[in-house]
Amino acid sequence: MSIIKGDFIDNLPKIYGLYTGGFVVFILLMAILEQAGLGADTIGILFVAFTVVIYATIGWLSRTMQVDAYYVAGRQVPAVFNGMATAADWMSGASFVAMAGGIYFGGHGYIAFVVGWTGGYVLVASLMAPYLRKFGCYTVPDFIGTRYGGNLARFLAVCVLTLASFTYVTAQINATGTIASRALGIPFEVGVWFGLLGILLCSMLGGMRGVTWTQVAQYIVLIIAYVVPVIWMSNKQGFGIIPQLAYGEAVMRLGELETLHGVGLKPTEAFAGLKALTVPHYEAGTTFAAKWKFVTLVFCMMAGTASLPHILMRYFTTPSVKAARQSVAWSLLFIFLLYFTAPALATFTKLQVLDPNLATSIIGKAITEVNALEWIQKWSDVGFLAISDSNGDGILQINEFFMRGDIVVLATPEIAGLPYVISGLVAAGGMAAAMSTADGLLLAIANALSHDLYYKIIDPKADTKHRLIVARVLLFIIGACAAYVASMKLTSILGAVAWAFDFAMSGLFFPLVLGVWWKRANRQGAIAGMFFGLLSGTWYLYMVKWGGMDPWLYIDHLRFGIIGASVSLVAMIVVSLATAEPDEETQRMVDEVRIPKGKSVLSSTH
Amino acid sequence: MTDVDQSTREAHWAKTKGLMITTLIIWFIFSYLVHWFADSLNNFSFLGFPLGFYMAAQGSLVIFVVLIFWFVRRQHSIDEEYGVAEDEDKN
Repeated sequence: MSIIKGDFIDNLPKIYGLYTGGFVVFILLMAILEQAGLGADTIGILFVAFTVVIYATIGWLSRTMQVDAYYVAGRQVPAVFNGMATAADWMSGASFVAMAGGIYFGGHGYIAFVVGWTGGYVLVASLMAPYLRKFGCYTVPDFIGTRYGGNLARFLAVCVLTLASFTYVTAQINATGTIASRALGIPFEVGVWFGLLGILLCSMLGGMRGVTWTQVAQYIVLIIAYVVPVIWMSNKQGFGIIPQLAYGEAVMRLGELETLHGVGLKPTEAFAGLKALTVPHYEAGTTFAAKWKFVTLVFCMMAGTASLPHILMRYFTTPSVKAARQSVAWSLLFIFLLYFTAPALATFTKLQVLDPNLATSIIGKAITEVNALEWIQKWSDVGFLAISDSNGDGILQINEFFMRGDIVVLATPEIAGLPYVISGLVAAGGMAAAMSTADGLLLAIANALSHDLYYKIIDPKADTKHRLIVARVLLFIIGACAAYVASMKLTSILGAVAWAFDFAMSGLFFPLVLGVWWKRANRQGAIAGMFFGLLSGTWYLYMVKWGGMDPWLYIDHLRFGIIGASVSLVAMIVVSLATAEPDEETQRMVDEVRIPKGKSVLSSTH
Repeated sequence: MTDVDQSTREAHWAKTKGLMITTLIIWFIFSYLVHWFADSLNNFSFLGFPLGFYMAAQGSLVIFVVLIFWFVRRQHSIDEEYGVAEDEDKN
């Protein structure tokens, strides 16, 4: 029997309140055991193992054989909890592990990601989510296929979804592998399969229902794990307990320190995968190119956010259209809690390393002294960090200190001298972030293939049991493919993540928006929009990244969605206008989608 | 087909569109416009931060959160005004 019934929904605040309390007790217990002499490795293993077992238990308790529970969690997830689940679904291993490091190295220019990954929700709320909820679809291609009609439109939407989500999910499984291998002390290739096992335990038995309730649990772990170290560190440095409001002074101080240490000096050596700090922290670009790059990156991430199926499908699970809208607002609030902390974390960490007034600083100190530090040795051993006396003066200069961006989050507790229990907590948080996003993405792909490709196109007569078995087999196969690709370490985490946004916006942004906002949009237009958008975007990515073509107007491989989406928009409008307008039934369907009242367009079990 | 007459639908949609456009104008300002001038804004200080940096790291984000909550309330009152909101027992 499953515990998820009517009274489960009524008791949600109590259940997750108890869960949060239990997790805090677990952290305290670990802290006590650390004082009692428990080794750092064991604490790391306990943190990751304990949390993953909890997620798997929730996944098992949420198992179901009902179609609407499997695809849309029975459409009974309250707005606030769906907000938490979306936040976990959204914040990936990259957000958790790499974002603060990106800001550390990239300064203001990199914060374009932060702006893009939050502002995109304004588009989700105003253009998409409420209307898709009213439509009553199970998947994003389900909307495209029904609104525009015909298997070809549905099939193209499945293709775009699969390409975008698969690009994204390999990066997530890569992140679970990295964290699992470090925390559990196993090889990366084994860590990847361990991560996949955890992910499948959460999603396979309960589908969307299992993923929803594990994502809420994962959000709670990841937000505690992200915010606690920052508050602790800020308190130690005298910036108070709400560091997000008080780090202005630290930002200004960095400006002075950058002059002192000569940030901007190019390093004379290079280490694979490692970088030296060369970009100022808060100074913004003054040239047209710098400004243009900032806003184009913001636009790509925003339009991508509003087109990524694993996010949009979260809003199919709310009880009403109104709740879907509210849920977008809650999602962004929960995401905001982490995203406005990341720049603070980057600032504090940089200050720790740069400020000669702090005991932790290393720049400007003697190299022998720095090499003797425990965290320097530990992270050099695993190749995350390198120190080289390029000019031979025995002093560490800013352009002689190299590290990987991921270190900013992973090693901060050690840099600041916090107890190891905090490092264990951070590992559990990173694991939660990567697993929750991977869950959502795998489910988005498997659901599109099982519902849209298998059930709607290949075998419309399949019964419920068959549909749900096919859905699970596909989930397993796709997960295994993604883990296999991840184990080959083809791309760095963030390059691939940005591409997923560009693929999604190239193929899906305008077909989704115009499907609601432009009645005249028809099947031929949507097909042209998806096909030419994806084709041109992919071609441009290929030419800029591998084909040796110079980017047009600074639109590089991170921004290829601009090309894809523009072509998609033009193709969709031109072809729609050149062909007959949609029939009366379709126009009425659009009318129905535009008002919250009344039955959804698709029945609750279709 | 839900029992709502065509003129009510059109009036409701016109107002919904108006709200969407207002929302997206505010969104545009805080997504693109302020960041275009980040270098000039950095000459001003806000809460001890250089303003251009503050807007990217925090200011725009706060505005987005408030904007969506405001949008949700406005849209719901538009729906109620035209009698096209969902029946209460569904919420």
